[in-house]
Amino acid sequence: MKERRILVCIKPVPDPEHYDKIGIDPASKTLVRSGIPAVINPNDKNAIEAALEIREYWGGIVELVSMAPPDAEEKLREGLAMGADKAYLLSDRSFAGSDTLATARVLAAGIAKIGSFDLVITGSESADGGTTNVSPQLGEMLGLPHVCNVESITPQNEEQWQLNVKIEEGYLKVEGPTPMVVGVNDKINTPRYTTVMGIMEAEDKEVVIWSAADLEIDNDKVGLTGSPTQPGDLHEPKLQRAGKLLEGEPEVVVDKLIRLLRQAGVLNA
Amino acid sequence: MSIIQFDKKQEMLRRTVREFVEKEIVPIATEIDEQDTFPEELFQKMGQMGYNGIFVPREYGGAGMGYTERAILLEEISRHSAGLAMAVMTHHLGVAAILDFGTEEQKKKYLPDLCAGKKIGGLAVTEPSGGSDLMGHQSTGEKIGEDWVLNGRKCFITNSHVADVSVVTVRTGEDAKGRPALSGFIIEKGNEGFAPGHKENKFGLRGSIMGDLNINDCHVSGEALLGQEGKAAKIALSTIGGVGRPGMAAISVGILRACLEESVKFAKERVIYGKPLAKVPAIQSIIAKNRIDYEAGMLLTYQAIGIKDTGERSDTQSAIAKHYTTEAAVLAAKRTIDLMGGYGCVNEYPAGRYLRDAMTTIPSGGTTQIMELVIAGASLA
Repeated sequence: MKERRILVCIKPVPDPEHYDKIGIDPASKTLVRSGIPAVINPNDKNAIEAALEIREYWGGIVELVSMAPPDAEEKLREGLAMGADKAYLLSDRSFAGSDTLATARVLAAGIAKIGSFDLVITGSESADGGTTNVSPQLGEMLGLPHVCNVESITPQNEEQWQLNVKIEEGYLKVEGPTPMVVGVNDKINTPRYTTVMGIMEAEDKEVVIWSAADLEIDNDKVGLTGSPTQPGDLHEPKLQRAGKLLEGEPEVVVDKLIRLLRQAGVLNA
Repeated sequence: MSIIQFDKKQEMLRRTVREFVEKEIVPIATEIDEQDTFPEELFQKMGQMGYNGIFVPREYGGAGMGYTERAILLEEISRHSAGLAMAVMTHHLGVAAILDFGTEEQKKKYLPDLCAGKKIGGLAVTEPSGGSDLMGHQSTGEKIGEDWVLNGRKCFITNSHVADVSVVTVRTGEDAKGRPALSGFIIEKGNEGFAPGHKENKFGLRGSIMGDLNINDCHVSGEALLGQEGKAAKIALSTIGGVGRPGMAAISVGILRACLEESVKFAKERVIYGKPLAKVPAIQSIIAKNRIDYEAGMLLTYQAIGIKDTGERSDTQSAIAKHYTTEAAVLAAKRTIDLMGGYGCVNEYPAGRYLRDAMTTIPSGGTTQIMELVIAGASLA
């Protein structure tokens, strides 16, 4: 049985439980995340779990790859504590402000430097950006087949993966060759809990840090200058609530309520 | 915001335990309290997570962390279920006694299963004559050849009806000054002559089963002797003082945090006189007091446990931490009920449980007055 080398791309995102504290800087048009703790993108935990399950069945190694600031090493350690074997942190000041295309470019450069592998797994979607762009962009840049919204991955034989892909109103069975890029959704599994033993073992696992120079990537291909996506005007919606008291007999109040809901477009006229 | 600088490994532990507690314990916390049931399957799962032997070295099947990490674990569980935390805390007492005083053979025989969640541990010291009065022990052990015959009754023993492996102290003679000499024994569930008796119906810390252990002509081999013959007072004092009391303090810190978080949540959500309760100065006073008690309790507790983790004795600091946190938790729970008005008295809200749990932490591991004896004794020495 051939052991598999699986790479998993992960991204630290602001903890969704603190989204009420996220603001938008009107000048830079970027999210203000200061003071908000970061977590591994929840969907990326599904990707780690999928990789660990394949490793447990077929043998092999699971390695994490992330483009993030230096303090993201802590998040990579969390992935290592879940059970991954090694991690690569792609970190350079010039990467700041990268859009999905520039991010995929950095990840592709890192993966190319890592060398041969059997599978790249990503979360289909990040909890902050939510573009679902990076996984297919990464596949294109690596010149590999890629599939998103995957709900199961089964190694069919030594050279072939069988995937169950969620599409509108159904599923698509896909077979693809090794290596390929797979974006998994959150239905594929339930990520395991991190054990205390896992936390202890993660301390001794290797986290390799590569800069832009290590990746031999041009500065104008990454960061804000390498990002074709430029946000236009941003408007923060003002949420206001106002109570309206409807009085009278129940039948009258219901009629008034239906009229109001129709006026608001909630009910069809 | 953290008031104590935990290292990254400890922070990761807290996050991962919190995730486990929120998914596995929060949904059944009310049921554990209402039905006073000990969730054995969950306990096994906690063993697989590394919680049951968190401070035990890896060579004996533990997770290899320390007592600070144990306190983080207990605080996180207690935040939502102080009763379950109490069961885990007491399991740790049995584990710690074997780890600290057992022979290599005893450690290898018992600790791996106790750590893995396959077996539940306990420590049985208290007798009808009292818990802290070790010299009043009435249970006896008589040596017959290489074996021992034990007799007596233990009471107010947590995990009494669920423990598979209990460390039990009995009187086996007198020392040179004529004082009772105690010996400790490891007794397994099912050993003839050793059985749980009356089960108490506690009003707090429910979910941790507490009751009697009846010992009637219980024959055990010499291999069951824990530590040296006649030297078990040290096992009891060291385990209760160094592991039990800081454990109770950590549980109380969990209750204090529950009071703070619940009172803040309620004050923000409840609108009265046209504005949230949080805008009322008298309510803000309650919130402030709850926070002061939580932070002070946390500082005292983690200081005491930090000392233990350095290998130094921490009996006095542990007594101070237990004294402060258990009493403060009662006051904080009462204040939280005050803040919530009628809702505070309704069992759909957890504040009443916080008060019952907090009250029950006080006698566990020694009452407030016993803590004062320990603290005053150390101060006057």
